Amino acid sequence: MSSIPYIPAIEVPLPADNYLTAGNSLKSWLLTKDHKRIAILYLIGITFFFFIGGIAATVIRIELLTPKRDFVSAEAYNRMFTIHGVVMVFLYLIPSIPATMGNFLVPLMIGARDLAFPRMNLASWYLFIGGGIFTTLAIILGGVDTGWTFYTPYSSVYSQTNVVLTVIGIFIAGFSSIFTGLNFIVTMHTMRCPGMWWSRMPLFCWSIYATSVIMLLATPVLAMTAVLLLIERAFNVPIFDPARGGDPVLFQHLFWFYSHPAVYIMVLPGMGVISELVACFARKRIYGYGLVAASSIAIAAISFLVWGHHMFVSGMSTYGGLIFSFLSFFVAVPSAIKVVNWIATLHKGSIVFTTPMLYAIAFIGLFVIGGLTGLFLATLATDVHLTDTYFIVAHFHYIMVGGTVTAFMGGIHFWFPKMFGRRYPEWAGRIAAGFIFFGFNLTFFPQFLLGYLGMPRRYAGYPEEFQVLNILSTAGASILAIGYLMPLVYLLWSMKYGKPAGPNPWLAMGMEWTVSSPPPAHNFHKVPVCREEAYAYFDMTPQGGNGPILKKLPGPGQKLERTEWSGT
Amino acid sequence: MVIPMSEVHTAVDKDTFPASQFEDAEQQYVTATLGMWSFLITEIMFIGAVFAAFFVYRFRWHEAFVHGAEELKWMLGTINTVVLLTSSYTMVLAVHAARHGAQKALVRWLVLTFILGCAFVAIKGTEYHIEYKEHLVPGLNYTEISHTGEVRPVQMKLFMGFYFAMTAVHALHMLVGLAVLGALIVFAKRGSFTAAYNNPIDMFGLYWHFVDLVWVFLFPTLYLLRH
Repeated sequence: MSSIPYIPAIEVPLPADNYLTAGNSLKSWLLTKDHKRIAILYLIGITFFFFIGGIAATVIRIELLTPKRDFVSAEAYNRMFTIHGVVMVFLYLIPSIPATMGNFLVPLMIGARDLAFPRMNLASWYLFIGGGIFTTLAIILGGVDTGWTFYTPYSSVYSQTNVVLTVIGIFIAGFSSIFTGLNFIVTMHTMRCPGMWWSRMPLFCWSIYATSVIMLLATPVLAMTAVLLLIERAFNVPIFDPARGGDPVLFQHLFWFYSHPAVYIMVLPGMGVISELVACFARKRIYGYGLVAASSIAIAAISFLVWGHHMFVSGMSTYGGLIFSFLSFFVAVPSAIKVVNWIATLHKGSIVFTTPMLYAIAFIGLFVIGGLTGLFLATLATDVHLTDTYFIVAHFHYIMVGGTVTAFMGGIHFWFPKMFGRRYPEWAGRIAAGFIFFGFNLTFFPQFLLGYLGMPRRYAGYPEEFQVLNILSTAGASILAIGYLMPLVYLLWSMKYGKPAGPNPWLAMGMEWTVSSPPPAHNFHKVPVCREEAYAYFDMTPQGGNGPILKKLPGPGQKLERTEWSGT
Repeated sequence: MVIPMSEVHTAVDKDTFPASQFEDAEQQYVTATLGMWSFLITEIMFIGAVFAAFFVYRFRWHEAFVHGAEELKWMLGTINTVVLLTSSYTMVLAVHAARHGAQKALVRWLVLTFILGCAFVAIKGTEYHIEYKEHLVPGLNYTEISHTGEVRPVQMKLFMGFYFAMTAVHALHMLVGLAVLGALIVFAKRGSFTAAYNNPIDMFGLYWHFVDLVWVFLFPTLYLLRH
């Protein structure tokens, strides 16, 4: 498979009338109400923060190359892992897929001209940037050293770093998240085009819907927790101070009531992306559409009942622990349904290993590892042994990086031609995907072993017997860094010099592929009508061979004719 | 309420209504309503978190919290409850007037709602001032000994912290509401709302009743739990 026969090379110019050409001034971007432009603004924002978080991670991995603390001071190390966590979680992962791809695609996928509240959508971006500015300011002024969890009473009484600024930043960015979620929920309820029933909505939209429900219900709890923390710091009210009647464990309850569902804010949109990719590149309708859609909602619902598993060693009662342990196992069921359905979709499909598909396959494998190791941590007895070790670090990186970031990369590579109307060099994409998969596993798999052997997280030094595994991990991180820098280079290059993609370069189903690439400013020239289920790929399954070949390209807006297909 | 025909106002600015992303007025109305209800659900979770924390401590430090409640001015709280409930009533009348395109009645009820809202904030401010004089404000001048010479339980500071946090969050919502209401009055006077287009009044009504409802829960929780 040196070239890709199923993506026809076409030499049609980009449409003159599209959302990118609708105005070139800075003002036309900063005051835009177009959901597609706002998505691009978000994309710029989160990419910036991703690399800020990445720099902090680099410092951490360099420090851990040797057992002794020698590269940075212990204080600086604490600040580095805190910055890494805060920036990556609140300013990259949470807005990543919903605010970029969700913003861009949800109206296109359901046949709407825009989100329900375009001005609020723009305001969300400004809130995100406002939160980012506060957090960046806190970093410039010396950082913060509490860890991304801000546990009290350290954060409320003892830490001398910029806790207040950082928490204000998170508070503001949280409202961006709330308003984004609200916008999606309302849009999907009231803006679907004729024929776009709930049961025809793409699974990406379903998972964005479930994510939005969590954003709407959980984020305000974090906001109030932040307010209480600020009140304690600013007005000396002992809300979480055990010496004067407060309870630090209450902080943990409130914090994890948000932050556990937040894990699903991060991974659910990723699952939605994977459903799109798997169906498109297996050339099959998704297996068990209804169950996959329902499992998104089930995950959102159950995610609110499992926060206690972060607190098994915080003095929780045995019975409380038992119940949270049981419920945590329970959330594995809908997650497993998704994985099983993806695999069943792949079964006997005409799989095409394009760059997005490589990411999708990587996601499934990494998510399974991340999910199954989560069961170790949901089990009371093993959790006591593994908590606060590198096992935890490896587990959640398999979900957040192996899952969400991989899905994000897959999605960007899948919809890049739609967003910018051009294609990227496929060979570069595949090499980068390989680097990321290999680098990721080399970085984080040794950390499972380290954690199992008892290496605690959040220390700048470690005993000498752990060095080999740590060197492997740092070596993997360097490969991973190359894997993340490569797309930055070739995607930026392709925005200007890539070959025109045409409306549907992947021959994918879904309404976003029926409009030109890049889409016109108002998405659809007339109100579209949905006439078929999502993933009507079953028409395309070839009789055998390696995959379908397109002989004649459909014109703009024209539907694919079945006769244009034949097996190889 | 009967609206005289001479007052009925139905003109609509076709350029701005319905907004470009919507097909028709009904879609815009349904969307706005769902958006406001979703926002209020977020607000319930926001306020709910501090209520939950309050009750955790209320059960743990029962006596200190009862002592704290006894130092609050229940009379002012009661008056404020009446003021705010009345303002909800005038708001309902405003929404009703807007739906019937009765512009003068709309302005009248909005102004009355505005005045009642301001009265609530003024009374709340007076209450804060009295509490300040009685050394009840944590972070500013809280003392362990009250102005009458009584020793306050240690955890009463926690109670006062919650009292100020919860009522301040509520008062902030009142101030935001009053600012929006002020703008709505200006627009209403200009004749921006008609029988065909009055979504902002309707949505603001939902918000105003919600803020009122939060107070209905705050008042007994803070002032009346004295046993």
